[in-house]
Amino acid sequence: MARKLPRKDVVVVGLGWTGSILAYELAKQGLDVIAIERGPWRDTATDFPPGYAQDELRYGVRLDLFLRPQQETLTVRNNMKQTALPIRSFSGFLPGNGVGGAGVHWNGQTWRFLPSDFNLRSHLEQRYGADKIPADMTIQDWPVSYDELESYYDRFEKLAGISGKAGNLNGQKQAGGNPFEGWRSSEYPTPPLKQNYGSALFAEAAQKLGYSPFPRPSANISEAYTNPLGIRMGQCTYCGFCERFGCGNYAKASPQVCVLPALMRMPNFSVQTESEVTKINLDSTGKRATGVTYVDTSGEEWEQPADIVLVCAFSLFNVRLMLLSGIGKPYDPVSGKGVVGRNYAYQTTSGVSMILKDKILNSFIATGSGGMMIDEFNGDNFDHKDLGFFGGGYMGSGQTGARPITTLPVPKGTPKWGAQWKKAAAETYSSGYGISTHGSSYSYRDCYLDLDPTYKDHFGRPLMRMTFDFHDNEIKMSQFLTDRLAEIAKALDPVEMTASPRKGPWNSTIYQTTHNTGGTVMGADPETSVVNRYCQSWDVSNVFVPGGASVFPQNHGYNPTGTVGALAYWTADAIKDRYLKNPGPLV
Amino acid sequence: MIDGSRPSRMSRRSLLVSTAALLVTGAAARARTITQGMPWEPGTASPPLQVRAGPWMFFTPDEAATVEAAVDRLIPPDERGPGGKDAGCAVYIDRQLAGPYGVGAGLYLRPPFMPGVASQGYQSPDMPAARYRAGLKALADYVKATFAGKAFRDLASADQDQVLSGLETGKIALKDVNGAQFFALLLQNTQEGFFADPVYGGNKDMAGWKLVGFPGARYDYRDWVERYNEKYPLPPVGIMGRSDWTVKE
Ligand SMILES: Cc1cc2nc3c(=O)[nH]c(=O)nc-3n(C[C@H](O)[C@H](O)[C@H](O)COP(=O)(O)OP(=O)(O)OC[C@H]3O[C@@H](n4cnc5c(N)ncnc54)[C@H](O)[C@@H]3O)c2cc1C
Ligand code: SF4
Repeated sequence: MARKLPRKDVVVVGLGWTGSILAYELAKQGLDVIAIERGPWRDTATDFPPGYAQDELRYGVRLDLFLRPQQETLTVRNNMKQTALPIRSFSGFLPGNGVGGAGVHWNGQTWRFLPSDFNLRSHLEQRYGADKIPADMTIQDWPVSYDELESYYDRFEKLAGISGKAGNLNGQKQAGGNPFEGWRSSEYPTPPLKQNYGSALFAEAAQKLGYSPFPRPSANISEAYTNPLGIRMGQCTYCGFCERFGCGNYAKASPQVCVLPALMRMPNFSVQTESEVTKINLDSTGKRATGVTYVDTSGEEWEQPADIVLVCAFSLFNVRLMLLSGIGKPYDPVSGKGVVGRNYAYQTTSGVSMILKDKILNSFIATGSGGMMIDEFNGDNFDHKDLGFFGGGYMGSGQTGARPITTLPVPKGTPKWGAQWKKAAAETYSSGYGISTHGSSYSYRDCYLDLDPTYKDHFGRPLMRMTFDFHDNEIKMSQFLTDRLAEIAKALDPVEMTASPRKGPWNSTIYQTTHNTGGTVMGADPETSVVNRYCQSWDVSNVFVPGGASVFPQNHGYNPTGTVGALAYWTADAIKDRYLKNPGPLV
Repeated sequence: MIDGSRPSRMSRRSLLVSTAALLVTGAAARARTITQGMPWEPGTASPPLQVRAGPWMFFTPDEAATVEAAVDRLIPPDERGPGGKDAGCAVYIDRQLAGPYGVGAGLYLRPPFMPGVASQGYQSPDMPAARYRAGLKALADYVKATFAGKAFRDLASADQDQVLSGLETGKIALKDVNGAQFFALLLQNTQEGFFADPVYGGNKDMAGWKLVGFPGARYDYRDWVERYNEKYPLPPVGIMGRSDWTVKE
């Protein structure tokens, strides 16, 4: 039997980006807030100091900061005919664990979606005709527009100190920025990062071909910065140990760097660490949540009653918690009915690798999200009329650090070992170079999440099952984008190059991104969405899923966290300004 | 079997370092409530523990000799620098196998185990330590039967290369062991040992880093970002500093 704890106003499940922002905003409002976090407490000085943060084996290969599959994993399969099997060690995507969540070891590539991404289905129908959209493609409009979210994007960027150059300030195009981006109400809080040699070469080549390269917006910040919560961040030192690592310089925006110092000081906030929420509890009507149940490290079960439950457990685990708690109807791909688990999507990435002539790139000098990009082939920035696919992505040169266990370029045809391999590794390390595309993944009827019939977690509860594969549309899109990227690569006159467009089947063992989206999507219609435009459950109005990428109706050609952060602020305002005044459904 | 008589170093590491190891050893980190400030406490940092030279912790002497011979073919010594053996790759692998990695600590190991398709990843209950034990035994048996009773370490280099590439391509079938998978694991671990921070027992004198020109555990390149096409001049450092700075035992 769970022991019952004193009631709180708000319980937050998971203290990553979403959870920290919501906890801060609601605690500041005077509410009594508790966060329950599955993993340990983590902080810069104790967990990733520059004395040993730069350890490729520990963090990059053995994945010390990530979730252990023993604690929670998924089963995966490419289609409904296969038997799903568990991911026994994570490698295709790498969920976070512990205070700060994946915000500790992300790269920091911080984008906004395009205005036309938000009304995707209506936009495409209007421009190309409804009959052009494949019948099994279940893309839908967001229930919120870019214009509505603009000020929330702005807030997240200022919280995180994002480095970049505006391309569109209040409708005025700006030289040096992204000419395709939606309007911005203000410039980025810090100027762009410096570019390493590879990115400078890419930008030059792209410009020659008539494109408009711009610096990628980055949460590795270019200069010291004090955010609106009064917290100071340091300058990025281009250490090259960023993605998969914590930042020892307080230079990569994360919950610990940007929010927790202010949040932890609030007397009406506490966090319960190493405690896993197992269920959102409902009252006898099933229409109201009474709080959550969690289990601590000694195996003891606790019940935390609360008036508002915020599900901030990262996209995949948001979905599983909703399924395990019986909130919302599970999706059934056969009938197409039900919503929880529907419209799971991912990201379609690809790359071109090269060896450059007589170039010393020093590609260990890197950041998680620096680089020069072009956006000509993202979203609907280009005419799709005769292309046979929809969607797109950005592309460019974004080196994240040539750490030699995982990054060791050699010429084509080199054996994998022996004298020849050794010679090639020594000679090519300084001139090997990769550029990449980062593309959309639209939703389909047969790509979804549900509970696995066979495999269980350490509490004996079913694992979540992922059924996913790339569809023709995405494969064609990737081919098209990779061809464009290869043209730019060619302009660099490399000694050799290899273009690798994304091909099916989706493989859970090849790292692509941890941009898992969908499953509790937001929408205007309860028949096709789990939460409404304020990320509030249609079925249980005191449960919110405030912004984790599980609410994306499909995935667009950018990294998710800018939008995740914006939605967190958007939901916080909806709760503060509307829900608290009149608790109940907001739509 | 993992040698139970030498757990002290690993258990300190597992206590300090990883949640997964904690779950395995049962020495649970306590769930706790943190409120009204940052819970800074002295002594909570978790630097890696330095691997020291000394007796093998996982391999038997025979196994160790095979692995040392193999890593020296995978990364042969030449005029560019030491090979896998002198770079400590076998020591690195030994210490990894004796630790949490060897037993697959933190991985999902619940049954049923079914083969599945390639996109579903590794689906066997055998973890690296067990895979090495079985793989090295099957390899020894194969070499003995094929090369008139010899051990792998006594073969000529060309024969050793032939055996290794036979495993790699699947041309050599080992008894009850997937030779190609075993080879892939050995190669992966050898390269880890060659390029990981020297604190883990390999990459001795930063041989791997010097070979390719990687400066190691440095943390500030601000002055160098925009110096295009110029070779970064400083030698590598590791987490413990440079080998000539540290006390020799
Ligand atoms: C290696 C890597 C690189 C990335 N790079 C980028 C990038 O460059 N740009 C970008 O936009 N995005 C990137 N991402 C994605 C980004 O990190 C996420 O979008 C973001 O962190 C999501 O925030 P969140 O609050 O939804 O979840 P998280 O930050 O993951 O936080 C969720 C928290 O909930 C906890 N939790 C989960 N389940 C439970 C439970 N049952 N009980 C209690 N606690 C629970 C988790 O431990 C975790 O701390 C990257 C991710 C990874 C892993
Ligand atoms: S690259 Fe910059 S932001 Fe990333 S870890 Fe290094 S110093 Fe921190």
